[in-house]
This record gives sequence, structure tokens and C-alpha cells, in this order.
Amino acid sequence: MTGQIHSIQTLGATDGPGVRFTIFTSGCPLRCACCHNPDTWEQGGTETDASELIKKAERYREYFGDTGGITVSGGEPLMQAGFVTEIFKLAKEKGINTCLDTSGCVLNDEVKALLEVTDLVMLDIKYTTAEDYRKYVGCEFSLVLEFLEYLQRAGKRTWIRQVIIPGLNDNEDNIVRLRDLIRSNSVVEKAELLPFKKLCEVKYENLGLEFPLKDTPEPKPQQMAELRVKLNSN
Amino acid sequence: MEHVNWNGFRSGVWQETIDVRDFIQKNYKEYLGDSTFLAGPTDRTRDLMKKVRDLFKLEQQFGGVLDIDTATVSSLTSYSPGYIDKENELIVGLQTNRPLKRGVNPFGGMRMVRQACEAYGYKVSDKIENEFQYRTTHNTGVFRAYTDEMRLARRSHVITGLPDAYGRGRIIGDYRRVALYGIDRLIEEKKKDKKNLEDGNFYTETIRLDEELSQQITFLGLMKEMAAMYGFDISEPAKDAKEAIQWTYFAYLAAIKEQNGAAMSLGRVSTFFDIYIERDIEKGVLDEAGAQELIDDFVIKLRMARHLRTPEYNELFGGDPMWITESVGGMGEDGRTLVSKSSYRMLNTLYTLGSSPEPNLTVLWSHKLPENFKKFCAKVSIDTDSIQYENDDVMRPDYGDDYAIACCVSAMKIGKQMQFFGARCNLAKLLLIAINGGYDTTSGIHIGPQMPVMTGEKLDYEAVKERFDIYIEWLAKLYVNTMNVIHYMHDKYAYEKSQMALHDTDVHRFMAFGIAGLSVVADSLSAIKFANVKPCINADGFVGGFETSGEFPKFGNDDDRVDLIAKEMTHQFIEELRKSKTYRDAEHTLSILTITSNVMYGKNTGATPDGRSAGAAFAPGANPMHNREENGALASLNSVAKLSYEDCRDGISNTFSVTPDTLGHDDEERVDNLVAVLDGYFLKNAHHINVNVLNRQTLVDAYNNPELYPNLTIRVSGYAVNFHKLSREQQREVISRTFHEAM
Repeated sequence: MTGQIHSIQTLGATDGPGVRFTIFTSGCPLRCACCHNPDTWEQGGTETDASELIKKAERYREYFGDTGGITVSGGEPLMQAGFVTEIFKLAKEKGINTCLDTSGCVLNDEVKALLEVTDLVMLDIKYTTAEDYRKYVGCEFSLVLEFLEYLQRAGKRTWIRQVIIPGLNDNEDNIVRLRDLIRSNSVVEKAELLPFKKLCEVKYENLGLEFPLKDTPEPKPQQMAELRVKLNSN
Repeated sequence: MEHVNWNGFRSGVWQETIDVRDFIQKNYKEYLGDSTFLAGPTDRTRDLMKKVRDLFKLEQQFGGVLDIDTATVSSLTSYSPGYIDKENELIVGLQTNRPLKRGVNPFGGMRMVRQACEAYGYKVSDKIENEFQYRTTHNTGVFRAYTDEMRLARRSHVITGLPDAYGRGRIIGDYRRVALYGIDRLIEEKKKDKKNLEDGNFYTETIRLDEELSQQITFLGLMKEMAAMYGFDISEPAKDAKEAIQWTYFAYLAAIKEQNGAAMSLGRVSTFFDIYIERDIEKGVLDEAGAQELIDDFVIKLRMARHLRTPEYNELFGGDPMWITESVGGMGEDGRTLVSKSSYRMLNTLYTLGSSPEPNLTVLWSHKLPENFKKFCAKVSIDTDSIQYENDDVMRPDYGDDYAIACCVSAMKIGKQMQFFGARCNLAKLLLIAINGGYDTTSGIHIGPQMPVMTGEKLDYEAVKERFDIYIEWLAKLYVNTMNVIHYMHDKYAYEKSQMALHDTDVHRFMAFGIAGLSVVADSLSAIKFANVKPCINADGFVGGFETSGEFPKFGNDDDRVDLIAKEMTHQFIEELRKSKTYRDAEHTLSILTITSNVMYGKNTGATPDGRSAGAAFAPGANPMHNREENGALASLNSVAKLSYEDCRDGISNTFSVTPDTLGHDDEERVDNLVAVLDGYFLKNAHHINVNVLNRQTLVDAYNNPELYPNLTIRVSGYAVNFHKLSREQQREVISRTFHEAM
């Protein structure tokens, strides 16, 4: 079975636990203001066979150790849920850990089948209000909540990630809401706050797109540390 | 045999014969714990280190060389004792009578000494000029015997960096022997070896060895005299940790006073010292702060070591390196790790004294190393960019568990094996010479078999391979012959008396050849094979460049189509070298290592079929060419890991630079992930890796504002340097290299 992939990162060290072979799929229905992979928005990319990808990934087994494995990111992997399911099935046959990096904006039977062969879901919760989701993401927050609810019901290991963008979600209210969301879902074993980065600006330039957050500063490490403390406080 | 200074040690054959390994195995304590036991620097260390830093600053202000003694020939006893701060030093001894003052060593060659002095505004004294007027140096000997073709090979830069004008280096004396046995016992053993020669037939080999033994014995005596000048009697074994470190240092100091070899490596002393330190701690005469202080003071001395070099030399080997390589860690043959608390203490000097390129700290990595130690190493790498890693699991089967690394990647059993160092040949240039039928467009020299220039619309892979084979065969033979001349003359006129006195008399010799430009050649052949490469004929009728169209696989993407070309190339080259007999029946070995000379090699090489423009730098060592990697860091590591250590027994150097953010979100993740990367890479049977965890922007800032980064240390090919000590050109090359960065 084939699908469309944008690229491969053999040293995925920030895409889940341990060192991971990360596959970026092409195509995403969202247009997040902070997106650092605008080059993966459009459908297209390289038509690639799932078994080819697994063959490649196996060359990196030695680096996985006890914690690493394969991550599928994007783009939005859920757009090609069938293809990703095939990748993960093959990976599991080889005893390779599977991790799905997603926005959680789609939940259908195909996606549910994918979650069956997913060891860990990294759910990107971009904001904590419906308004912000509509404004900066282009989808309904309720879809994401529904997705998380499903993960909870299915007892699926979950990490939650949020990119902190100064002026948009670096406020206390947001962190408190995020904290409550995490606490009410016992499947969430870890929550990561990641600083917004402007490294991707050049990608926007290359694509001839305007980077919506070009005037937004990166958050200071000090502020990140404070927000992390907040997230873990009572 | 017993000695009162050995009380408390477990007995073994080490008492009867010279066998440091046996002593270590019987007496060392493996350490599996973490780094929390470590102590910081004492006030004394801090004060001394401040003086040292001021001296380094002064040295820089003086243009890189603080002072030269132009009236004294460097040797073991030719200078009065030197100190940094006599009252406050625990371990003493300097190369000359003052810190950072460089001595002159004309035994390797007078010309280089003259040029080096002149470059820094000095002149060799008439006294030395007169003395050496009637004395053959290594350099003079070599040039007497060089053939016309050897001279051409040298001039055209197809073979470069040959040790024909200074000491050859890359020999590690077993400096520990002086501490364990004392000089008198070592002399006694050497005298026995000399006596044993008497019954045999005296012919060239025997006579040479007999004379060498006589020189070794003389120099062991001189070591004793040198130590006596500092107020120490090293006739007998060291009685405590301080003496063990001091005795060992004296032996090393003797070597660097006598020889100015490019690489003057230390060996593997940490766990050896640990045995003495543990004995003192058990006796209650030493505590952790005191133990760290001793190691610190020893390392301070190593950081003071200097040789006098010419600007041309610096172009090859930037940053004033000595390659005082100390091998740390590794596993024992019995399955215990050789990691001891002093392995930690040695790495800890990068914190207690600050990061530094010297000594060249080299971790012998095994996936069986204690997890705590792995994590500590990774942390030190992330914090200091000052250590390199080599695969103990691929070396141990060949070298046992008491080997060390000379220079960057050259393994040898300590005190039992030595090597004849042989720089490297430029394989990318050779490919161009082959295509041009024996003409080097860069130097304008006709060299090698003369054949028609390869022309046409498209270079044919099979035809180019066939042609290249002819030139490889030619160069390999010439290369061996050239090395034979060099090492014959070095033995004759600049024999390493102190260092060889600290080897077994019956020593195994390697002859270490090298290749530069491997990734350029692999990509070029790949382009010829998979894309369209049209040779462009210049006005003189030679191929001056190429038009390459179409896609081709590039080394560094874990693509067998090209990676196996590189692997096969190294195999072919070592096989060709093996066809020619070596001086003293040395065993042929091959390295893929360039130091910083990749810049100079590139400068002297025309445009290549892979699209590299004329004069552009090569990638260092076995690295893939810059910015040709499409699948991230591990694909690049996998490509290099495919090169076979059996073909490249002198080492395969790879330099890996990654940004902190790529390696993980926080320090803990970064440490864990770096450990995973190292484990994975070495499980793939790779040999060596330099690790830098830093942002390119840091280097750009350091390039623009050197005064703000006086201690910025980075790993380059096989060693570490102070970034500010590199030439501007070398700095730019380092900045342009691939920094693995996931976006």
C-alpha cells in the first residue's frame, strides 16, 4: 500500500520517546498560524510504499534502544489513516514501537483502526478555546476534545503537546485550562510545552507565503519554565 | 619480585615481567556508580588555572607563540627546570625553563626550525646552525633518498602531509611503566634484552636493534637525570598516587622534550592512576578533593605542552594541536568495565579546569559500558564539545583491552605496538589525474602513467573505473616506497629513544596510510555511474571541469548504491598498498582522516564530477560532503558506518554536529538521545565519532567576535581545537559544514 510522504527525518529526537525514525506525510486540512511545516500542507509529496518505509526504518533499529521507534507526523497523518495503519501494522510485526503525532481533528472508523496499532499518541492541543481554534487553526476545538475523549475511552497512551506562542496562548488562563484537560484524562502521561520557534520562516519565504507570526517573538526560556511550573502546580 | 612501594597491590606476573596490563587487571576497581562523588576544583587549582589562562591570553597576544629558546636544542636535560608557580604546583615539569616557551628540535629537520623561528620573528642561534651543519637530520636523509617521482608526488600534493621535515609522532610510550617499575628496573630489563642479542648472528636488523637498545638505555638514564633536576629520584617505583602521576608525567615529558612528532599521545593512564588513588584513599591519606586536584594538576601540565610549527604546518593541522590523546573507559576482556572513578575524574577536568582541546579525551565506547558512565559522557559532550568516541567493541578483538589511541583514531597496544605515520593521499585529485591521463591541472605537473585524456560527451563508468584502477595501483606502490624512505631515515637520524625505551624490545609495527577526499570520490563515481558527466576540455586540451546533469545518489543518505562505492574504494586501496613490501615488515593499515587538512586538500584539487567546484574544501575524514544529506543525521551516520574497520584499521573519522534543539527538548532528553545515537552508531560497527552539540550561530558569533569566545572548543576531524586558533579559512569551512537540524 502506498501513500504520500513529504520527507523522512532519521534522527527524530523530539518526536516522541527516545530516538525515532520520523515520517512526515503530506497534506493537512488545517492552516495553523504557528505551523512549522507549511511545506507539508498540500497533498502530493512522494508516493511511497509502506513496506519500503519499514525496510528503511529497520536500518535504524540499533538507535531505537528500549524507548525509540517510528513516529508518523505531518502534514496530518489522519488524512491518510489507511496508509499509516499499514505502516504501523508492519512496524508492530517487526516489534518496532509506533507513535502518532496528530492534531486530532479527524475521528472516523479508519482513524479508530489506526489507533489500534498505535502505541503512543502525541496530541497537539494548540489552544484551549473554541474561539482560538476557529481563529488560528481553522477547525473546531470540539473535534479535538472528542478525539481526546476517544483516547481516554480506548485507554491509549497519550502525550499532549502545546506550542507556546507569545500573545496568543502564553497566558495563565490557557495553562490552567490545559492543566484541567490533562487532569480529567488519565491516559495523558506527559504534557510538553514547546516554545514557538521562527526557524521555519525561511520555509514560508520559499513557498512565497506570508508567515502570519513573523512579528511574534519567540518565548523566553524563563517564561517557558514558569509556564511549565504552572502546568504542574495544583 | 617484591618492592615496598607495591605494598597493598595484588601480586601477579606483572612483578616478574614488564606487564602493566596485568597490574591493572589484578588491581583496578571498576566503578558503576554515577558522577555525584566528584569534587570541584580546589582554591589552589583555581588560582593556578587563572595564571595558566593569563599565560594563554598572553600567548595569543604574541601571535600564537609566546617565546622561543633559539639557543638550546630541546632534549631531556638541556633546560633548567621550569615552573608555572613552583610553590603551588603538585605535579611539576615543563618542556623548557619557562611556561609556554617553545624549544627548537632540529633532529627532524633544520629547515622547518629555521622557517618556524622566522615566522615568529626569531632567528636560530649561530650555535645551533653550526652544530647542525655537520649533522644529518631526518629531513636531509629523506631528501637524499627521495626519487624524482616521490618529489613530484609531494609537489603536486597528490600525497601530502608526509612527516619528512619533523618528527613522525603517533608513537605512544608506555609512560606508566616508569611509575610502576621505576627507571632502574626498566634499564635492567633492556640490558637483558641487549645481552640476549649476543648469541645470534649480527646482521642489519640485529645491529640496528642493538644500537637502538643502547640508545634506549642511555635515554632511560637521562629521564632519571631530568627528574633529578626537579628534585625527584625516579629510580624506584612510585610509592603513592602523587608520585605515580609525577613519574608518569616525567616519562611523557621526556618524550615531548625529545620528539616533536605531530601527535604525541599519552595512552591510557586514568584507570592506572586510579589504583594508586584508591590505595591512598583507603590508607586515609587522600580524599576526593585531593584526588581530583592531582588529576587537575597533571592535566594543567598537559595543556601547557607546545611544539614549534611553521605556518604551513598550521594550514594542515590547525589550532596548534599536540594530540595528547588519553583513552578513557572501554571494557575488559573478562567482561568487567575498565571505567573507574578516575575515568570520571579525567573527564571532570573539563569542568574543573574548563573545556579544552587538550588532552584529546577519547572515550572507548561499548554498548556494555555502565549506563551511568554513558550518560556522564553524553552530558560532558553536550556541555563542552570536547570529547570523541571510538568503538571499543570493534577494536578490542584486535588490540585486547590495554590499547590506546594515538593521534585521533589510531589504535595500538600500549608498549607493544607502534606505527609509522604516513599522512594521506588525495584520492579525489588522483581521480582527476587518471581522467587526464597523468596530468595534474592544479599544479601543472605530469605524473604517473601517461595516457590519453578521457574526452567525449559522457564519461563511461566502466572506462573511468578501469582507468582509475591503473592509477591507484601506481600511487599505492609509490606511496609505500615514499613511506619506506621516510621511516628508514627517521629511525636512522631521529629515532624515538625515550618512547621506544618504554616499549617491549620486540615491538609490532604498523605502517599507517591515509586517504583524503573519500566522499568526493564516491559521489563523483556515483555521478559518473548514475547521472551524465561530460568532461569539459580546457584550452590546454585537458579536462578542466565537468558538466553534470541528472540525479545521482550521494554518500551520507544511507543509500547502498553509493555507500558501497566508498566501501569498495577503501578495500581496493588497502589491498593495493599490501602488495608492496614495507620497511621493517610493518603491517599496512589505512585511515580515513584528514584533521583540518581537508581545506588544503580541496584547495589543491580541481573541480570534480560530483559538482564540487575547484578549490572547494573536502569534507573532513570520512564525512559525507556538506549539505548533501536529505534524510537527517542517522542516515549520514549509517553511510559512514558501512566503511569496514578491517579495511581501515588505522581508523575512520566522522565528525557529527547537531544543534541542541534537534537532540531533545531538555538536557535530560538530550543526554538520553545522545547515548542512543552513540549506542546505535557503534552497534552498526562504526569506528569513530566526534560530537559537537551547538548552534551554527554560536560559531558565526565566535568568527565575528573572537574575543568573546576565548575558550570555545569544538571537535573537528579526530581532535578538538580552540575555535579562535583556526585560520579564518578553516573557521569558515567549519561553519559551512552540515549541522544536523530537524525543523
